[in-house]
Amino acid sequence: MADKRLTLEDFVTELESGMTIGFGGWGSRRKPMAAVRAILRSDLTDLTVVSYGGPDVGLLCAAGKVAKVVYGFVTLDSIPTDPHFKAARQSGAIGAMEIDEGMFYLGLLAASQRVPFLPTRAGLGSDVLTVNPSLRTVRSPYEDGEELVAMPALRLDAAVVHVNRADAAGSGQILGPDPFFDELFLGAADRRFVTTEQVVATDELATGGPLQSMCISRLLTDGVVETPGGAHFTACVPDYGRDEGFQREYVAAAGDPDAWAAFRGRFLDVDEAGYQSATRRAADERAAAKAAKEGT
Amino acid sequence: MTDTTDTGVTRAEYCAVACAEVFRGDGEVMASAFGTAPALGARLARLTFATDLVLTDGDAALVDGAPPLGAAPSSLVLESHMPYRRVFDVVWSGRRNLIMMASQIDRTGNQNISAIGPWARPKAQLIGVRGAPGNTVNHSTSYWVPNHSTRSFVEQVDVVSGVGYARAEAAGPSASRFHEIRYVVSNLGVFDFATPDRSMRLASVHPGVSVAEVVESTGFALTVPDDVPDTRDPTPEELDLLRTVLDPSGLRDREVRG
Repeated sequence: MADKRLTLEDFVTELESGMTIGFGGWGSRRKPMAAVRAILRSDLTDLTVVSYGGPDVGLLCAAGKVAKVVYGFVTLDSIPTDPHFKAARQSGAIGAMEIDEGMFYLGLLAASQRVPFLPTRAGLGSDVLTVNPSLRTVRSPYEDGEELVAMPALRLDAAVVHVNRADAAGSGQILGPDPFFDELFLGAADRRFVTTEQVVATDELATGGPLQSMCISRLLTDGVVETPGGAHFTACVPDYGRDEGFQREYVAAAGDPDAWAAFRGRFLDVDEAGYQSATRRAADERAAAKAAKEGT
Repeated sequence: MTDTTDTGVTRAEYCAVACAEVFRGDGEVMASAFGTAPALGARLARLTFATDLVLTDGDAALVDGAPPLGAAPSSLVLESHMPYRRVFDVVWSGRRNLIMMASQIDRTGNQNISAIGPWARPKAQLIGVRGAPGNTVNHSTSYWVPNHSTRSFVEQVDVVSGVGYARAEAAGPSASRFHEIRYVVSNLGVFDFATPDRSMRLASVHPGVSVAEVVESTGFALTVPDDVPDTRDPTPEELDLLRTVLDPSGLRDREVRG
């Protein structure tokens, strides 16, 4: 089996400005955040970001990397909206394709199956069809004659997802309750990357969880990057939950240019190891501040 | 009619009972409920008059029974694995009944959770259309608006996310075939679309709310019957379930006061 292990720096060199890139996960859950941070440190720009959106979208917007976002929602789960995405939409800085989240699924599925579209009722009658004038309907060739939305394939130049475990050949294991649409992001993409909490020997996958958790096959993977804490600050259960304190800090900093510059300097203008140690220190500081407050 | 002050039933408790009514008559369908009153309503229905209803754990599983709000995950009895990809199978099969929030709702039942102002460059970007377009043309959908005002009940929503009656009909039989907006529940009353042109009608006011207050708080011409009933009282069993089993810490009264 080929050894597909890469570093985060290798991963970024596989990407180009202007690409359409899919990011796995959902909202503020199991997002490939180390990969996002590596893109933030690069000179990549003009990206089309395809995502069940969370802080991946927000951070890329904040850094001016984004030409367009394809999404059904952008949310931080415990906080309804992402402030940077909100600002980018409201200032008109980015283009947008907003579609029903089920249409999004079918777009990835169509791309994975190499068909141009898949039919669905979702979207009919809604403004999804008016704000995306390129979307078309299709009439059933059978007796029913139903007219349905023809959701076009969401073909991706590259995709990256974050999983709990993977082997060096790119078989990935998701130990949390929901695999989301990660498999389809990879299936829809020309260049496919898996970041993982830990690279393990292949035989450790089956001993580490049920067969159903081994849902990313190496047929879908070109590169594997070991990035412990690579989904932080989003949830990556059972390895860790969402870092709610840090997420609140992210949102608070977004509201003020100086605070954001300080946040960026401390957490984003550093390499991944620097990010991980800085966020651990920040957690300690929040705990100390809380203890001090409760003590007085 | 019972006076609120006599029974001590809070406005939030009327709202929870009104949300429970969304599920009356449902058989074995997946109940999805967003917001505190809807979450309590679905649980009340499951425990009383809609016992085949299937609730979710809010993550990726279906659960047995009707756990209290905020129940520890370890205390739940899981019935089935329901990751998002499978949720779409349920949505598109129609075996679901949903009550979700609306930032804006209009006279014909269009709902908006996408953006305030023009979509191309919104004044306020909200969460996005999410699954609202697909939900509304596939299974029964109701809405919960905890802050009834002329800003939430508007003549025309800015971005049609959930599809209302007129838009579903105009989009043709594939859109209207499985479409149903059952109720809109607000902190002031309950609304349905039982009118000849399927526009919104005041179905009941919560005790303590006047019809005039509802009309003033609504940004479009609401159909108001000559005789508007009060929202029904919770039964003693329902009140007991709400207060001692499902929401002993009173989260409901933080969502809707009075």
